Amino acid sequence: MSARLDLVCPAGSLPALKAAVDHGADAVYLGFKDNTNARNFGGLNFDDRSLPEGVAYAHARGRKVLLALNTYPQPGAVERWQRAVDRAAEFGLDAVILADPGLMAYAAKTHPELRLHLSVQGSATSYEAINFYRERFGIQRAVLPRVLSLAQVEAVAQHTEVELELFGFGGLCVMVEGRCLLSSYATGDSPNTCGVCSPAHAVRWQQTPKGLESRLNGVLLDRYADGEKAGYPTLCKGRFEVQGETYYALEEPTSLNTLELLPEMARLGIAAVKIEGRQRSPAYVAQVTQVWRAAIDAVKRAAQDYQVMPAWHQQLDKVSEGSMHTLGAYYRPWK
Amino acid sequence: MKLSLGPLLYYWSRDDVFAFYEAAAAWPVDVVYLGETVCSRRHTLRLPDWFDLADKLAAAGKEVVLASQALIESESDLKALRKIAGNGKHGVEANDFGAVRLLHEQGVPFVAGPTLNAYNPDTLALLHELGARRWVPPVEMPEQMLRAMPVPAGMATELFAYGRLPLAFSARCFTARHYNLQKDDCRFKCLDHPDGLDLRSREGEPFLTLNGIQTQSAKVYNLAPRIDALRAAGVAVLRLSPQSRHMDKVVESFRSLLDGAATDAAQAMARYMPAEACDGYWLGRPGLEHRPDL
Repeated sequence: MSARLDLVCPAGSLPALKAAVDHGADAVYLGFKDNTNARNFGGLNFDDRSLPEGVAYAHARGRKVLLALNTYPQPGAVERWQRAVDRAAEFGLDAVILADPGLMAYAAKTHPELRLHLSVQGSATSYEAINFYRERFGIQRAVLPRVLSLAQVEAVAQHTEVELELFGFGGLCVMVEGRCLLSSYATGDSPNTCGVCSPAHAVRWQQTPKGLESRLNGVLLDRYADGEKAGYPTLCKGRFEVQGETYYALEEPTSLNTLELLPEMARLGIAAVKIEGRQRSPAYVAQVTQVWRAAIDAVKRAAQDYQVMPAWHQQLDKVSEGSMHTLGAYYRPWK
Repeated sequence: MKLSLGPLLYYWSRDDVFAFYEAAAAWPVDVVYLGETVCSRRHTLRLPDWFDLADKLAAAGKEVVLASQALIESESDLKALRKIAGNGKHGVEANDFGAVRLLHEQGVPFVAGPTLNAYNPDTLALLHELGARRWVPPVEMPEQMLRAMPVPAGMATELFAYGRLPLAFSARCFTARHYNLQKDDCRFKCLDHPDGLDLRSREGEPFLTLNGIQTQSAKVYNLAPRIDALRAAGVAVLRLSPQSRHMDKVVESFRSLLDGAATDAAQAMARYMPAEACDGYWLGRPGLEHRPDL
């Protein structure tokens, strides 16, 4: 198989979109300013004025724009998601990234020319599931949840004609995307329905004699000693107590970084590598895009000679969550 | 309304599983879900054992449904899934769209499980068209949303009404992680925790329950005091999720409530629960809340 490895970068704003395009993204993905996408944060995302401008900027430079509509429509508001699909078609988006089968049925029927990608929020981890969406709705690409080892990814690739997109870098969901209700259990807002995880409105920071405490709707997620670096209190990355032992019971505050797996991804014919981080700054997007552009170009030039450059790691470390990296589930012992 | 015994989410010894279902055959539940839905490494019962149990419980007059694994990762997971889908005798709960595909292909009617994420009428109608005869809403779905869902004719609603809430699935095994073991060499530590492993905040407040690759609530979701509201919302089956002790009492309490017992019978259940109650999800509030006042 040929090395496709399109670089798909996050655009939480117009400046971030331009940063991604200017630094070598093959495609950017973005969302509207509402709960139709899984990064429904204040100050982020696009409206009917900024979206056409972003699309024009990317298309003028031969890059693609993908629209994430990857939350689950709810009764009484289904039209909001359907209109979002209509707007995607109207504004000439190159694909929509969907999780909900009902919405896919609408998109396939109403806009048969619109390219469909299955969102990671659709939780499809096997070729049987991916082929279901292919047969029913004609999806062209599936974004795989961050739960499969590379050998398992290979098995999926061998049994489907659907292009595969893998997460390469950024914040790491330790749970199967689309199947995690931890946030709504603690705060009432879930990624599936509200497009948020551990939402800022539920976060409280408090300096106490025992240290700096972070709480999510009152639940103590972590406590930091003086000088300890405190990260955003994402629920699964807190320190908890299990049988008297206090530790990162679910996952450390760490970022996914799969630079070293790029030659293997190329060999498997992976269509695209996704960079997480629509909530991050344009400077972050520029930095990460630049590194990954260089790495993907190096793999495409000569996969057998590919080596991860120390400078790449240094650049990425500067912007990573917790300054720690993991290969996540791609590397089986992580599990 | 009917009562169902949901799939066993924990990992118990072979003897304990058999004893549990032998007792369950005599409990006043109408439907029994069987099979391993959480982790493919668990093997005190193999598929043929589950099929045998299914036959026995069906012979005892139960509607038996074989539940499929929620997170499918490997070819061997798919093999098991195909055997379940093609069992030819008992109903099947699809917990993944790969299962939906297989069941639809074979023309087998099925139960659409809670992890299929049916949050809206279009998706529910699609599942019905594909062969779903019953559906289980996502456990976070509030009463208001459920009431706004037009359920297709010929499709029944089953609600997760009792038990620690299954909140998340991961590739990683958190029980193995606690013991500093890798998942592939987990030494089956889940066997030591028949109701999961308690996870508390650093100030000792019970928060979650680790159950292998699954994360559950620490609190026990219990909608027993709200049976009238459940009935009014069109719920046809109440799912009770197995726990290692007093499950018979839990089932009896629900049955007596369905038969018209006073609602203080619901409060009396506290002594049979492994932890405090919560009901926030039903009220459209944070899931961990318990608001008997609302």
